[in-house]
Amino acid sequence: MIFETVIGLEVHLQLRTNTKIFCGCANQFGESPNTRTCPVCLGLPGSLPVFNAKALEYALKTGLALNCEINPQFKFDRKNYFYPDLTKAYQISQFDQPVCRQGELIIPGDGGAAKKIRINRAHLEEDAGKLIHDDARNCSLADYNRAGTPLLEIVTEPDLRSSQEAYEYLRILKLTLSYLDVSDCDMEKGSLRCDANVSIRAPGDAKLGTKTELKNMNSFKAVKAAIDYEVNRQRAVILGGQRVVQETRLWDENKAMTFSMRSKEEAHDYRYFPEPDLPLVTVPEEVVEEMRQTLPELPQAKMERFTQTYGISVYDAGVLAQDRLTAGFFEQCAALYPEAKKICNWLNGDVLKEMNERKITVAASTLQPEDLVDLIRKIEEGAVSQLKAKDVLKIMLDSGKNCSAIIAEQGWGQVSNDEELLKIAQQALADNPATVAQIREGKLSAIGFLVGQAMQKSGGKANPKKIKELIEKNLQAGADGKPF
Amino acid sequence: MITDQDVRYVAALSRIHLREEEVDRLRKNLEDILRYIEKLNQLDVSAVEPTNHVLPLKNVLRPDDARPSLTQEEALSIAVEKSQGAFKVPKVIE
Repeated sequence: MIFETVIGLEVHLQLRTNTKIFCGCANQFGESPNTRTCPVCLGLPGSLPVFNAKALEYALKTGLALNCEINPQFKFDRKNYFYPDLTKAYQISQFDQPVCRQGELIIPGDGGAAKKIRINRAHLEEDAGKLIHDDARNCSLADYNRAGTPLLEIVTEPDLRSSQEAYEYLRILKLTLSYLDVSDCDMEKGSLRCDANVSIRAPGDAKLGTKTELKNMNSFKAVKAAIDYEVNRQRAVILGGQRVVQETRLWDENKAMTFSMRSKEEAHDYRYFPEPDLPLVTVPEEVVEEMRQTLPELPQAKMERFTQTYGISVYDAGVLAQDRLTAGFFEQCAALYPEAKKICNWLNGDVLKEMNERKITVAASTLQPEDLVDLIRKIEEGAVSQLKAKDVLKIMLDSGKNCSAIIAEQGWGQVSNDEELLKIAQQALADNPATVAQIREGKLSAIGFLVGQAMQKSGGKANPKKIKELIEKNLQAGADGKPF
Repeated sequence: MITDQDVRYVAALSRIHLREEEVDRLRKNLEDILRYIEKLNQLDVSAVEPTNHVLPLKNVLRPDDARPSLTQEEALSIAVEKSQGAFKVPKVIE
């Protein structure tokens, strides 16, 4: 039996503000436990929360980038629950008036075509503290440094139809967010967390099947794997004549399975009510428009412009757009040098490879657009071979020197001088009489071997095109005195 | 109508331990409160803007400037029990 998979995602995004959402404690990680707290985020009586203007700005930016409507007036609500990760016994969140509503994100859908994923809402809330459970002593240790970190929860409609689409949604979301610079978006560090609501139904069914909520995935791949596992589990349940139970299930990375959390039924009765300690927030239309003007060009728009303006392929434009600063670097190069395709080949090829090996980004390296263009020009002029240019790049990255200096220092200038090249070509013939004999018997493909030998002899400096011509010429002429 | 079961459920959500004789009294109290709300519901408030907040305040925001936090010692001074720089609490399984 064929089932249709239906997925909705909830992403919790930690906003990269200097301070927490409702108090002036630094929003920092990796500190000793309970060194970033104050009466507000510890929920002490008499303390009052005050909303962080930067958190609002980041929420508005994100909402606009996701094509959301901005709520002209919103409030905060208390979500009541007892758990020691929050000292107040409630979380300040938003219930019926989220800051952003009804957005969309375009992703590559399963059919290959662009697919619109509707976003139901994005609301602001405070993160909870961190608990470390100590089974041996039957206690939990609470660290409230994280309590009060601004979170934006972004909730999709159930528009995703496969684990792959869920993966693509997360990838495009993260890419978009990276352009806005509002969050680290690091799932491993917990600055981006994702829960998945998964159900299956017979194709064409208007009604949604019973869903389960998957939690505890710590990478995009884990989200994909957890959904795949869950879809298969639900299939087996239904085909076995049973019903899927609505519940929260935790992904176990090691066992590669989801497990029922068996939470108490009452756990989801949050009794929301308006937060009396925080007054209303209004966002006038002018503020929204002003914010819209500050948005950078987003990845999709950038890709389209690159293919049109520079005539590079959609694929190349896509690779460049993966990093906003690399894309900027490309444009700076393209302003200096007309062949955008060549720049692109270097950036997406060797430059990217060397950056990855050094675990840095183009922006963080010493490489300047002028340096790369210089190198490409040197190859074009025949001053250095394509092969040696790759080594020049490596030294450029490590030393910060310019390419002319490196080529001169290393003696890597390409040999285009006919006399020298002739010597190298003749030497290759003399060193490999067996190959020469084979070629003369008609095995012309072996010429490539001789060219390789000659190139090696020259330390990669010989102009390979010229070497090939000279070798062919000398084979014909019978440079060793014998007729060809 | 509020049942004893409703009272016990609401009490459990709020982690309030009730004595048996309190359940009956609170059931009556809650019923009175709901009757009063029911009375309020009879008023025509279609022309009244909902009161989300009792103070006529709007847009109270603060700049994103860090202020000193409490030291770990100060924060933990109110802890009933502490361990390794953390508040030590009974293990709660969600």
